[in-house]
Amino acid sequence: MLGKEVSATDDFVKGLWRENPVFVQMLGLCPALAVSNTAINALTMGLATTFVLLMSGISVSALRKFIPREARIVSFICIIASFVTAVDYLLAAISLELHRSLGAFIALIVVNCLILGRAEIFASKNTLSRSVLDALGMGVGFTAALLFIGVVREILGSGSLFGVALFPDNFQTWTVMVLPSGGFFAMAMWLLVVNWLKKQKEAAEKQAQEAAA
Amino acid sequence: MSDASHWSIFLNSALVNNFVLAYFLGLCPFFGVSAPLGTAVRMGGAVSFVMLVASVCAFSINLLLDAINAPYLRIISYILVIASTVQLVEMLMRKLSPPTFRALGIFLPLITTNCAILGVALFQTNRGYGFTSSVVYALGAGAGFALALVLMAGVREKLDLAEVPDLVKGTAAALVVGGILSMCFMGFAGLGR
Repeated sequence: MLGKEVSATDDFVKGLWRENPVFVQMLGLCPALAVSNTAINALTMGLATTFVLLMSGISVSALRKFIPREARIVSFICIIASFVTAVDYLLAAISLELHRSLGAFIALIVVNCLILGRAEIFASKNTLSRSVLDALGMGVGFTAALLFIGVVREILGSGSLFGVALFPDNFQTWTVMVLPSGGFFAMAMWLLVVNWLKKQKEAAEKQAQEAAA
Repeated sequence: MSDASHWSIFLNSALVNNFVLAYFLGLCPFFGVSAPLGTAVRMGGAVSFVMLVASVCAFSINLLLDAINAPYLRIISYILVIASTVQLVEMLMRKLSPPTFRALGIFLPLITTNCAILGVALFQTNRGYGFTSSVVYALGAGAGFALALVLMAGVREKLDLAEVPDLVKGTAAALVVGGILSMCFMGFAGLGR
């Protein structure tokens, strides 16, 4: 990287790993744990959140010059709530079954701190194209994190993946993973993996520095 | 509705379907604020209070929205009305009762956009509760939230002194504790039915 110039790819890529909303920033934990009991629920939730993130990012960034500073949070919430309502009705039209299994959690996207956070920190200060990239990166990072948790919970808890049975009939399912406590455990496990990877990388960088010196 | 069913609504929202440990609502204060025990108690009180306000607001808004047949305005009007009512209550409290404000007031702005608050409003609407049932539901949810927060604060105070590997320290350990607490609350399943 050259100086302070931030490349377009960096706007997108940082959400995937370095500033991953769930595993690194710990934002939007509530939906990440609540609806990740199956992979398909996790994927739907992730996509719905990405859509709201993207649309509100575009709106906030496009309107950033017209929104008075004092009333910005209220304006952001109005924008976000409108898109959440749209997603709520959209999902009900696409699949009533999925809509029912996600329940009120679709409506609760509106209070996901990730979305308001990105609107406040990024979209309200940056150009439209950068905001789109940022929102997409964060959205994909969020979806991936949800999917990671959902896949682990579904494989262990129900012995299937996206509803397809993986194991022979005599597989003893870990019922605890489908229950709420399973969400905490799966998340803790992924955090350990992420922490371990980060530590490995730091150690490698340190070694490289020492070797260079 | 009889008293018995109100009691079961209370038990249900406080223990069986605890907002934090079964529905995963309001995790940010649960993990983010590793508050000492005293603060956790006051925070729990503040959350219960806001939940009550939100529940009453949501019930009135719902009546209005049904009357004008505009359910698609639900999400946006809930959050705006709840946020502004809490702000109003905060101002009134500062004026009328400074001691209560000092105890609860600092948390109020933080809590307003907490998902547990909107969760109470949305769940009571989805279940079609009447006025008293809604209020009882909100009280139960608040009590359950406070209970979970206090339990967590107590465990974390001990956890700070324990020797845990570097890798697990912080949120990972807190998550495992949350998981175990949630498993304990599974024991309440079937109660109050």
